[in-house]
Amino acid sequence: MNRQLAGWIIALIVLVAVPFVHRDPYHLHILVLILIWSFAYTSWSIMGRFGLVSLGHGGFMGIGAYVTALLWNHLGITPWIGIPLSMATAGVLALIVAYPCFRFRITGHYFVLVTLALSGIVLQVITATRDYTGGSLGYTPQRAPSGKGLIALQFDDKTTWYLIALTVWVVGLAVWRAIDRSMSRHAMEAISEDEDAAAAAGVNVTAEKLKITLISALMTALAGALYCQYQMFISPDTVSGIAVSLQMVFAAIVGGVYVALGPTVGAIITILLAEVLRISFGTKAVGWDNLVYGVLLVLFIIFLPKGILGSVIDLVKSPRKPPRGHEQQTVPIARR
Amino acid sequence: MQSFLDIFDIYLLEAVINGILLGGVLALLALGLNLIFGVIDVTWICYAELVMIGMYGMYYLVQVYHLPYWAAAPLVILLVALLGAALHYLVIAPLLTAPPINQLLATGGVLFILQSFATVAFGIDFRNLGIRLPVLALGEMNFSYARLLSFVAALLGMIGVYLFLTRTFTGTAIRAIAQDRQIMPLMGVDTKRIYLITSAVGGGLAGLAACLLVLQYDVHPFVGLSFGPITFLICVLGGLGNFIGGFIAAFVFAEIISLGGLFSDLEWGYVLAFAFFIVMMFIRPAGLLARRS
Repeated sequence: MNRQLAGWIIALIVLVAVPFVHRDPYHLHILVLILIWSFAYTSWSIMGRFGLVSLGHGGFMGIGAYVTALLWNHLGITPWIGIPLSMATAGVLALIVAYPCFRFRITGHYFVLVTLALSGIVLQVITATRDYTGGSLGYTPQRAPSGKGLIALQFDDKTTWYLIALTVWVVGLAVWRAIDRSMSRHAMEAISEDEDAAAAAGVNVTAEKLKITLISALMTALAGALYCQYQMFISPDTVSGIAVSLQMVFAAIVGGVYVALGPTVGAIITILLAEVLRISFGTKAVGWDNLVYGVLLVLFIIFLPKGILGSVIDLVKSPRKPPRGHEQQTVPIARR
Repeated sequence: MQSFLDIFDIYLLEAVINGILLGGVLALLALGLNLIFGVIDVTWICYAELVMIGMYGMYYLVQVYHLPYWAAAPLVILLVALLGAALHYLVIAPLLTAPPINQLLATGGVLFILQSFATVAFGIDFRNLGIRLPVLALGEMNFSYARLLSFVAALLGMIGVYLFLTRTFTGTAIRAIAQDRQIMPLMGVDTKRIYLITSAVGGGLAGLAACLLVLQYDVHPFVGLSFGPITFLICVLGGLGNFIGGFIAAFVFAEIISLGGLFSDLEWGYVLAFAFFIVMMFIRPAGLLARRS
């Protein structure tokens, strides 16, 4: 146990030291993107690992990004207040949609499609209110006057952003670990196997599911807000909508939904794949990255449903022991 | 004031009728998806992308190879039907025993594949058939022939599927499987074959929808996203696998979009439809026609 802890601390020190040793801005940019998206994917799999497959996370991410940027541009509210407000907005929306869903036992296909409607609504609202949000042309937070970068949460320095993204990513992993070691995890696993049995065993099904959904939605909104502050440009297609939701699902599954670092591995693979294709083929590569994603997603779900990291860990830990039954399914789900 | 009200009513009536016409095509899309869900218990998230491929098929056959529209349409329906069967054979069949969510996500992967395949192969330009159908003026209201034609063809397609399901032996087997998938193999029905046929029929319906939609809309690789989500919502609202429910829900949705678009932007019509869907899910979680338990 101590050796494991020491390993983690050393890994963290190495990660913190990276921008001071290696100052290449392009590489740092890629690392920051990987960290922010890893955090978003981790947020998704906090729900996804328990069979709560949501396609509404694109909506939460869009709310995080747009509410923060709109408050800053139109009301001059600093992102330090704007980000918590945007997270609260996403949380409230998550509760409004999720409570009746869980109360009325909307699971499986139905839950997926209700959440799909949610991200559809957010995308259409952003497009429809184009007088404020710029519609599908995208939106840029106003540049802060020089010297006020800290208040506006805008930094030109990639190192600062790297450290911010790293902190948030570590917090995301800590949340994952806290849930993994809590009673909630056992309750949620019971629920994902059989809701009625779990309820009979004394699990408050609705409350447990709501808790997990709320945490996941808040974290996703934070990821959206950070992405907006870092890129300084958002458009409905890059931060909200069904395509973003599917992208989260894809990366999390390829990396592995059941292990803490799985979504991170997924983010590394997807972002590096897109960048390599972009650099080596230029504009000809438009579409190829998604083609490869799609083929990989189908192959993974058929042949390697535990994801890359999940399968590797299984192989290292117990080469011969058959994997535990319920984890063999990518996402276990209570049947209707 | 009186003349203002008259004009307003004409617009309202026009929007209502256009909603009904739109509803016909949406009902056709929902029927295909419902058929697949009812029989195989799988949701094809990529259903609208099959339609997109079909629309490209029409574009190439008509614009590039100069086939007449009436000759191209059956070819496209056949093509998409084959695509549907291939989708089942390659992706769904290996996952038949996996949890339903895995099947749904795998078809999500197919969505990525088809979209980016279209991007790579056809480019991201908007394309259209270049066929301009005349506009029918009825009193002071205008309706496009394209919409009327789609509505009629969609109805014919649905009647055809209905007859196939009720009057043929294979159709009866398909309906029986939808009712009880465990018993039917014991009755000597080859479920693999039935699943393949159902997938092909579902694909064929997507192909028919493609032939009709290409008359009204330009084709581009992401065109599926503009009517795909709405199709799923219609199916869920009507109760997944419930043909009549899906049919009614299609017209309800089409009217909301059409009337919402009349009073404000088209996007708000969609927002209203989505919001209506979420509210309805809480009032009738199992669909419009479900009995309350």
